[in-house]
Amino acid sequence: MFTRRALMAAAAVTAIVAGMPAKADDISKLPREHVELVAPPFIHAHEQATKAGPKVIEFKMTIQEKELVIDNEGTKIHAMTFDGSVPGPMMVVHQDDYVELTLVNPETNTMAHNIDFHSATGGLGGGELTLVNPGEQVVLRWKATRAGVFVYHCAPGGPMIPWHVVSGMNGAVMVLPRDGLKDETGKQIKYDKAVYIGEQDFYVPRDEKGKFKSYESAGEAYPDTLEVMRKLTPTHVVFNGKVGSLTGKNALTSKVGERVLIVHSQANRDSRPHLIGGHGDYVWEAGKFANPPEKDLETWFIRGGSAGAALYTFREPGVYAYVTHNLIEAVELGATAHFKVEGTWNDDLMKQVSPPGPIGGGARTGALEAPAQHKH
Amino acid sequence: MQASAPSCPRGGDGALAKRTTSRQEVLVFLALHGKLAAKLIFAATAPLVLAATGPDWREAPDRVPVVHVAAGSFDYRIAGAFDREGRPVDAPVRRFAVGRGLAVMKTQVTVADYDRCVAFGGCAQRTAKTGQRPDAPAVGVSWQDASAYARWYAKATGKAWRLPTDAEWAYVAGSRFADDAVTSDDGSGSFARRWLAKYDEESGRTAVEKAPRPVGGFGENERGVADLAGNVWEWTDTCYLRQGLDAEGEPTGARTVNCGVRVVEGAHRAYVTDFIRDARAGGCAVGIPPANLGFRLVRDEPSRTRRALGRLQSWLARA
Repeated sequence: MFTRRALMAAAAVTAIVAGMPAKADDISKLPREHVELVAPPFIHAHEQATKAGPKVIEFKMTIQEKELVIDNEGTKIHAMTFDGSVPGPMMVVHQDDYVELTLVNPETNTMAHNIDFHSATGGLGGGELTLVNPGEQVVLRWKATRAGVFVYHCAPGGPMIPWHVVSGMNGAVMVLPRDGLKDETGKQIKYDKAVYIGEQDFYVPRDEKGKFKSYESAGEAYPDTLEVMRKLTPTHVVFNGKVGSLTGKNALTSKVGERVLIVHSQANRDSRPHLIGGHGDYVWEAGKFANPPEKDLETWFIRGGSAGAALYTFREPGVYAYVTHNLIEAVELGATAHFKVEGTWNDDLMKQVSPPGPIGGGARTGALEAPAQHKH
Repeated sequence: MQASAPSCPRGGDGALAKRTTSRQEVLVFLALHGKLAAKLIFAATAPLVLAATGPDWREAPDRVPVVHVAAGSFDYRIAGAFDREGRPVDAPVRRFAVGRGLAVMKTQVTVADYDRCVAFGGCAQRTAKTGQRPDAPAVGVSWQDASAYARWYAKATGKAWRLPTDAEWAYVAGSRFADDAVTSDDGSGSFARRWLAKYDEESGRTAVEKAPRPVGGFGENERGVADLAGNVWEWTDTCYLRQGLDAEGEPTGARTVNCGVRVVEGAHRAYVTDFIRDARAGGCAVGIPPANLGFRLVRDEPSRTRRALGRLQSWLARA
């Protein structure tokens, strides 16, 4: 580790020097806007379409290595995070904007980190230019040339890459077409609300009794974790960093008639989102907005290392479960979110014509008493 | 596996509804007529049996601390799923009488107790990974496990120990019984309104720690019964019931009873399939599920006739 760290430090210095923005005049004249990021499932305020010209959008993320509880049993991991959340915050810009990210690695951290934007061109997505050691920061600018939702993740080299990613270091960028999202005919489509669901696979080692182990530090957890990772069988598959982070009191909310854009990212592993009781009205399964959306999907596929977007208008009130439709992962491993939807029930779409009751009748009726097998 | 899960797509516990009305009919028949037969047989043979078994076994000390809960009656919201004009509603409240009083295990059946049953071949191994302390409640047991224990324990002690009914549990629990009315549903609007209200109430349940405490760790209620509504839920013998109600809240139409799902009681009421040993939530269910599944047993206090026979036997033994 120490030899590696020394190498990384050297690499980081090179990276910073090489990455000094040679600001061309035209870019320096562009308007600049600083945007404060918010933790998922929320997304910072943004315009869906814009008449303004390209801008330089400034974001800042501080890398936080911290212990996180990832399930209801109190299982802890030494997470690595962009800005403190798993997944990291979503950044929204428009096509042809410039993203200017300040990435801070505080001295309190123990490892070198960087960021690889799938939406950026060259330099290993920025990974080559952003390796920062504890106590350093770096500023990277890249041009948003392609519209869509894209993953970003930490990729600090070699076996550190998958480990950092499955420790939580990933997030997503949404590059909107300047004139907004469009249906297959090119007509603009809008959403009333957008939510960001980041799916995360965790690989937590167990002791001889099968109980999840905890470790003093990330470094101590690494060898055992790597062993679990190499079996390719996650112990947890969760949305937004923790089992139940989007259910119960944290459930997402909507109302009948509301158009909701659901952005789903998975930086490491395939997934298949499905909205129980709903559909994908318009789905950019591969997440790239230059392609016409698919319509009326029941389940869509998120390739590992990509993000997708689905637009849905809720038509009935009630509870909807948003899951990955490997139901073992959804129920046993945690990948479930809920939408609580208010509104008026539409009998035309669904009605319980006859409530559950005995088959064919002939069952007992009469006075109710506390049902019991033991009479007194 | 909670049958009460409000947002579950169909096909969960419903698919397990293997024992329905017909079985319940048979059980009720046996309960009524079998009791009569048992009474006759007992009256005829009691003196012989008593003479053969020596001192009155009904007066023999119990192997575990027992609380005697006096006879009485109370109003209680019965367990089950009820609907009015197709819309789910709260279960009706009914007066329930405990006619003869109950002897109740003061604490839940412990690991040591349960493992004794396993050692004697009366019970299946538990699957719980926690609660291995011998003085902690036995958890990770299904209704089938608990029933097997009751059969074994009744045989071992010669006393008619059994699982309580839901109503008996509620009576014994007293102030620790949690009413499960959906209070934020005013009965108006579609079923979805109630669905969402129930979701919110279930989401509001506070989490309890999972690891069982040694028995007594959750204190006693006003009747002196320990650990009710702690972090170990208790199996009852009551089956899942579904019934339509009319405008007055009286039953209307046919009723179904599914004994493949039993009521478990604790900090909240839940419906759990009888072979389940860990009532985890997940998927479409919401809220805090029962943290652990355990049980305690009850038995009816002896009737006047039996008590009189006991006194006669003691007198005969002294003479």
